[in-house]
Amino acid sequence: MEKKIYMTAGYNTISLGTGRKEFIPGKPRPGIEHYIKEAGSQVLSKIGGPDAVDETVIGNFMACRFNSQAHLGAFAPYIDEGLSGKPSTRVEGACASGGLALLTGIKAVLSGSAEVVLALGVEVQNSVKAIYGADILAAAGWAADRKAGHAFFFPGQFSDRAGVYFERFGRERTRKSFARWYRNAIENAKLCETAQEFHNTLADLENLAMTEPNGKTFVDHLNIFDCSKVSDGASAIAIVSREGLHRIGIPVEEAVEITGFGHAVNNITLKPADPTELSTARLAAEKALKMAGISIGQVGTVEMHDCFTIAGILGVEALGLAKKGEGPDYVLAGETSRTGEVPFNTTGGLIGWGHPTGATGVHMAVTIWEQLTGKAGDAQINIRPARPFGLSLNMGGDDKTLVSLVYKHEE
Amino acid sequence: MDYDNKWERVAVLGAAGKMGSGILLLTSVEMADLSLKPENRGRTFAIQAIDVSVEGLSGLMKYLRAQVLRIAEKKMVWLRLMYADRADLVDNGQIIQQYVFDVLNIVRPTIRIEAAYDCHLIFEAIKEDPDLKKMIFRKIDGANPHKPWYLTNTSSIPISELDRDAGLDGRIIGFHFYNPPAVQKLVELIRAESTVPSLEAFALEYAERLGKLVVRSNDKAGFIGNGHFMRDALHGISEAERLAAEVPLYEAIWMINKVSQDYLVRPMGIFQLIDYVGLDIMTYIMDVMNPHFRGEEIHSPMLMGYLELGIRGGQHSDGSQKDGILRYDKGRPVGVFDLASEQYIAVEHFRESCEARLGPLPQSFQPWKQVVGSKMKEKFFTSLFQELKTMDTAGARLALNYACRSKEIGQQLVANGIARSDEDVNTVLLTGFFHTLGPINNYV
Repeated sequence: MEKKIYMTAGYNTISLGTGRKEFIPGKPRPGIEHYIKEAGSQVLSKIGGPDAVDETVIGNFMACRFNSQAHLGAFAPYIDEGLSGKPSTRVEGACASGGLALLTGIKAVLSGSAEVVLALGVEVQNSVKAIYGADILAAAGWAADRKAGHAFFFPGQFSDRAGVYFERFGRERTRKSFARWYRNAIENAKLCETAQEFHNTLADLENLAMTEPNGKTFVDHLNIFDCSKVSDGASAIAIVSREGLHRIGIPVEEAVEITGFGHAVNNITLKPADPTELSTARLAAEKALKMAGISIGQVGTVEMHDCFTIAGILGVEALGLAKKGEGPDYVLAGETSRTGEVPFNTTGGLIGWGHPTGATGVHMAVTIWEQLTGKAGDAQINIRPARPFGLSLNMGGDDKTLVSLVYKHEE
Repeated sequence: MDYDNKWERVAVLGAAGKMGSGILLLTSVEMADLSLKPENRGRTFAIQAIDVSVEGLSGLMKYLRAQVLRIAEKKMVWLRLMYADRADLVDNGQIIQQYVFDVLNIVRPTIRIEAAYDCHLIFEAIKEDPDLKKMIFRKIDGANPHKPWYLTNTSSIPISELDRDAGLDGRIIGFHFYNPPAVQKLVELIRAESTVPSLEAFALEYAERLGKLVVRSNDKAGFIGNGHFMRDALHGISEAERLAAEVPLYEAIWMINKVSQDYLVRPMGIFQLIDYVGLDIMTYIMDVMNPHFRGEEIHSPMLMGYLELGIRGGQHSDGSQKDGILRYDKGRPVGVFDLASEQYIAVEHFRESCEARLGPLPQSFQPWKQVVGSKMKEKFFTSLFQELKTMDTAGARLALNYACRSKEIGQQLVANGIARSDEDVNTVLLTGFFHTLGPINNYV
């Protein structure tokens, strides 16, 4: 890149939903503006207030239906009146909306039109019951497919992928790897105060996650432990140039550098050519790694879009950490756990930390920024010198819009 | 006539009542589901929701709408299949709304009994008054050319008596739901000797489709559920009266209520349960049962005394308890009606002295809520009863007496041929009354 790009001063609200003690169905909960304001103002407080900010980008998937609220860009001055009169844009790419918000901020800084961008992602999904939320989230797929789709549309899509994977590569071993994925997610989430599963006290997680799927009440090949959470939450981070870092008075040690990004889409009207592969995810990650000039062997932590356990396994394979059909072995060998070769989703990922859809891409960046700068608290992992890079892979729809970023801590 | 055919024309008598509305809900949903089957397309299923109360029927429709919505949300996977050919219904939300309409569209609320005259199936859930039930059955059967089947929700009246006095030729069976029918798993099934076998087979199939747990009771007044409950209540009443030699009756009532709830780990104390059911209904049921059991006095002058003062108990339409012998705040007893001064005495005035009189709770005590779902029940009750037997307190003695009497009542039900087995008695108390311990056990 011609210009160095950094991220710093990240913040995550809690991921609110089932699992959190604060979540009491039927009781009034904060609206979307609360989350935008909390995440935004926390970042502003670390970077010297709104005057330092040139532009705001808000990633959001479906507030127009979850909250009857569009036009989120104009909430920037609600974070702080000092953002009034400045540019602010809402971007959307289903569950990759957060990733797109980051990319939009990066490009603004690269173009020279901004030196400091406030990038934010937000979603408030518990406004409707899950059965209606499924309708809203289904819009991440092609509307023409909805009628023939499953009641729980996206679980249905990924259940179908899991079904084919079982057939081709074996069911038992793959399901065991799902269960291990779930256990890793919950154990990591319990180390992070903002995680939706932070309060989880269930014993014998892996055994629990082996609960047989029931197609009569849910989907054929996945159970609820295989699924990400329904969440309310926001994440925000500052995207800055070197000049921007200087402006906000944050030393480079407290920032991560973005050394590569990859962005790829695939035709939303098409079914996956091979259900056992996330080909667009692979492409986006390859682009990001190539741009960063590194190999996957140099990556020390990954934030993977595990909307379902099967997506996590396929993601491992898409990154080239395991060959096709061998993702389950890699996971079962413990290589994705917090002490493994490449710790994945160190604060729980979408299954453990939560999945406020539009916020998820930004949450990934905040998590990697925390890990690489030693700010992850109880969830801190050891970043080894041989693998100094972080990588995030944020997915919209069923492998349709992918954003991958490569992060490095400048010593 | 096969199962599906019987459902085309149905009536529920007393449809706006507590039990009737639940029966109507379950039945109208079952009928809507049948109507969605491909082979039943083009048939019109209708259920007459008959009640004397216009207001009640209005409330019924609101209740149905809310409940059907909840049911629909839970069976979305199946509903998408059933509406797969409706191109206009795409979202879950659209399909759910259509299903709610399709269920409500089956229901015909009416205050006219004549609506039952062309029905094939008649669910009866009116007042527990034998003469009224017989009169209504006679009236319908005389005007209905289809020789309908009757499923009565009576909890106490012998089915053979209803059959004989209403002249139904065996076209009646006892199908006793527990309250609330939509939630409670238990159904007591009571066939008279005269009950036609095809009706019994039909009732069993219906119970199975609803996912109910069927316990068969023999056709003796009170059946298993009330056979135990009425005698258990009379024991509580007589224990309170006995204690009233030493303390005011209202204090005695509070103590027995506490012992029967806390020491026996039941969801509510016996006087709260009497209030919950309603003092009027209690006396109806006792009046039905009493003539059938020679040498037993199933009758309570105390309850009559309360009723004369207008103390009835019962439930509000939202299921919360009305004040009765006890006064309630958020479902917890906070006062007891004193027959002498004709007013409620606040529990706080005597709680301490009564608790001192009963003595401390057993150390192994756990509240009902913790025990009911526990897998360690056996261990818990073993140590609880061991403790009760060694404690020399009034509370422990009352509790053991209570548990002994409850067991005796259960064994009597088996000995008299009302229940087929100890297990059936226990099942009814465990599922129908949410007890944590079946009365016939080895701890006592």
